[in-house]
Amino acid sequence: MKSLRITNVHIIDPERQTVELGSLTIKHGLISAEDTTVLTYDGQGKYLAPGIVDIGTKVCEPGERHKESFRSAGLAAAAGGVTTLITRPDTDPAIDSPETLEFAGRRAQAACAVHTYQMAALTKGRLGREMTEIGFLQDAGAIAFTDCDAVVTDTKVLSRALTYARQLGALVIGHPQDPGLSKGAAATSGKFASLQAIPAVSPMAERLGLERDLALVEMTGAKYHADQISTALALPALERAKQQGLDVTAGVSIHHLTLNEFDVADYRSFFKVKPPLRSEEDRQAVVSALASGLLDIISSMHTPQNEESKRLPYEQAASGAVALETLLPAALRLYHSDHLSLPQLFRALSLNPANRLGLPCGRLSEGAPADLILFDPNSPFLLDRFQLNSKSKNTPFDGQRMQGRVLATFVDGQKVYQR
Amino acid sequence: MQLQHLLGIQPLNPQQITEILNLADHYADGNRTCSRNSNVLAGCTQINMFFENSTRTQASFEIAGKRLGADVMNMAMQGSSIKKGETLIDTALTLNAMHPDLIVVRHPHSGAVDLLAQKVNCSVLNAGDGWHEHPTQALLDALTIRRSKGRLHRLNIAICGDIAHSRVARSNLILLGKMENRVRLVGPATLMPAGITELGVEVYHDMEEGLKNVDVVMMLRLQRERMDGGFIPSEREYYHRYGLDAAKLSKAKPDAIVMHPGPMNRGVEIDGDIADDLSRSVIQEQVEMGVAVRMAAMDILVRNRRQDLRETKHEPTL
Repeated sequence: MKSLRITNVHIIDPERQTVELGSLTIKHGLISAEDTTVLTYDGQGKYLAPGIVDIGTKVCEPGERHKESFRSAGLAAAAGGVTTLITRPDTDPAIDSPETLEFAGRRAQAACAVHTYQMAALTKGRLGREMTEIGFLQDAGAIAFTDCDAVVTDTKVLSRALTYARQLGALVIGHPQDPGLSKGAAATSGKFASLQAIPAVSPMAERLGLERDLALVEMTGAKYHADQISTALALPALERAKQQGLDVTAGVSIHHLTLNEFDVADYRSFFKVKPPLRSEEDRQAVVSALASGLLDIISSMHTPQNEESKRLPYEQAASGAVALETLLPAALRLYHSDHLSLPQLFRALSLNPANRLGLPCGRLSEGAPADLILFDPNSPFLLDRFQLNSKSKNTPFDGQRMQGRVLATFVDGQKVYQR
Repeated sequence: MQLQHLLGIQPLNPQQITEILNLADHYADGNRTCSRNSNVLAGCTQINMFFENSTRTQASFEIAGKRLGADVMNMAMQGSSIKKGETLIDTALTLNAMHPDLIVVRHPHSGAVDLLAQKVNCSVLNAGDGWHEHPTQALLDALTIRRSKGRLHRLNIAICGDIAHSRVARSNLILLGKMENRVRLVGPATLMPAGITELGVEVYHDMEEGLKNVDVVMMLRLQRERMDGGFIPSEREYYHRYGLDAAKLSKAKPDAIVMHPGPMNRGVEIDGDIADDLSRSVIQEQVEMGVAVRMAAMDILVRNRRQDLRETKHEPTL
């Protein structure tokens, strides 16, 4: 195989936290230190970074391929600079057996342009009653275990699942939310929800859920990741757990970093996500926590929904937003507003998720897979949702001005997308 | 004034509110004479779409439409196409294709009437959406207050009871705030919406304290059907602490009026004797003003619509 040298680029290295003008060599699909170049690719002074590793993408196979397939998700990921998809098991049926996991894996292999790894459900049918075959699922390739937004309410079931997962070294991903308080809620309680009269949940529900999960992690010693921390109230609990030395990490969705509850305005259901958008104070708190490294990972929480499930009265409308293609430009808002540097951003988008899952990607060191994105952080554009590659077009950023576009995406050294 | 729809009080300015009330005042007087019917809405089709049970509001809209000469059609939506799986938007589009002039909608979900209004080209009147807004109720309450008190500003008004689950309370506190009144909310903490103090109202959990020196006592129905369970310990404890009786009412100004949007739960939120005391209670007048306010609102919406149509006709065609 020929080697390729990408020259004249600003290289964003999340490990060393640097941005330097230089070049990078790809050989046999890996990043190489040698300089036996045959082909060169002029980066024209743009930016090169490790591809995004997105924990928690929903690809609607099996069950709802009309909303998103592995093919369409792969195209969207490549166009958005996501080189590794970590897919969710909240499909229909849930991915809770080695057979369904293998089906999803086969489909991904056949149709998806980027790397994919499947997560499996923690309990059968995501019902919170019996744990899944964690061992078999791990053997079949499950990279982590989660019931997604279905919180395991029975603490005995959860503590046993955590204990069993610990013995296998499996990562468990929780959705910190108190199921009682958050029942039926479609907004965060406060002035906005009260005026719009949307059933609301106190932000305290997140802290309650997190505190409970952390107590069980302390008890069982399991490896735990909180999928989305979106409130200021939950941050001290997370900080304490980390100081205590628990094997805990936490993520935040791109929507909670860049939008707040007022964006819902007159019942715009494309802004309905789970957990609901928070106050501006909460948004600022999670941005700071991301900058300080208390929050580890940014996720797209890509959740395709078709028009029919969104064009309903707000309470009845489905939750979730597509985000694979808006993840990077939205995240770059934090860079343009001077809240995060580019290396900090890619630490949360690429390096940290790869490290948490034990993957070799997400970095630019020698021998790492050449999963790379070339992008221009300044290029402005107006987002048109009908130009998205996702089958579902439910993005809250429709019609908004954004800055930052992917110019090319490489997976294992092969170009899978070029603008 | 160019209102196309009446979806809530929030989008109205004080001048628009006053204009509606002035016209309603005129209709209220007319309704008391024998020449109460007119042909303002002659040839107009009015559809009442109620996705939630209602007797009085629906009757009030129907009478208002008929007095103005509209062709009124009632659709009970609870049992029909919704059960067959039709979405709200499809229902709206279906009706729109029949070219009505006015659609009056009540829906159990907040924001549903806004959504429907985006999809039709006739005028839409919100007759209550979830806990969100019930604009004609707030307008009829305002008219009742204005007629009893002689003004609609600088009054102390207490709204009492289940604020959290009440669209009547939301529309009223917005309207009364816009007209520069002091609004107090009285009720148990479990029935207060979060963050409500940020809206410039005073919150009281002690009813006697809350009623001190008020000009208007506005009671709300304790909406048992809205309760997920467990907001209050029992009806009798609620009546003891928040039911309006003579002792609590004595804290208000001697000429304070008592209002209730109905239907009343006598012995739960209001003592029967007070409800029937014609020197204090204006509950029957509220119902009367309801017809007048709805006539005024429909008159204005249809007039605006006709004007729009006339203007678009004059535009040169390509």
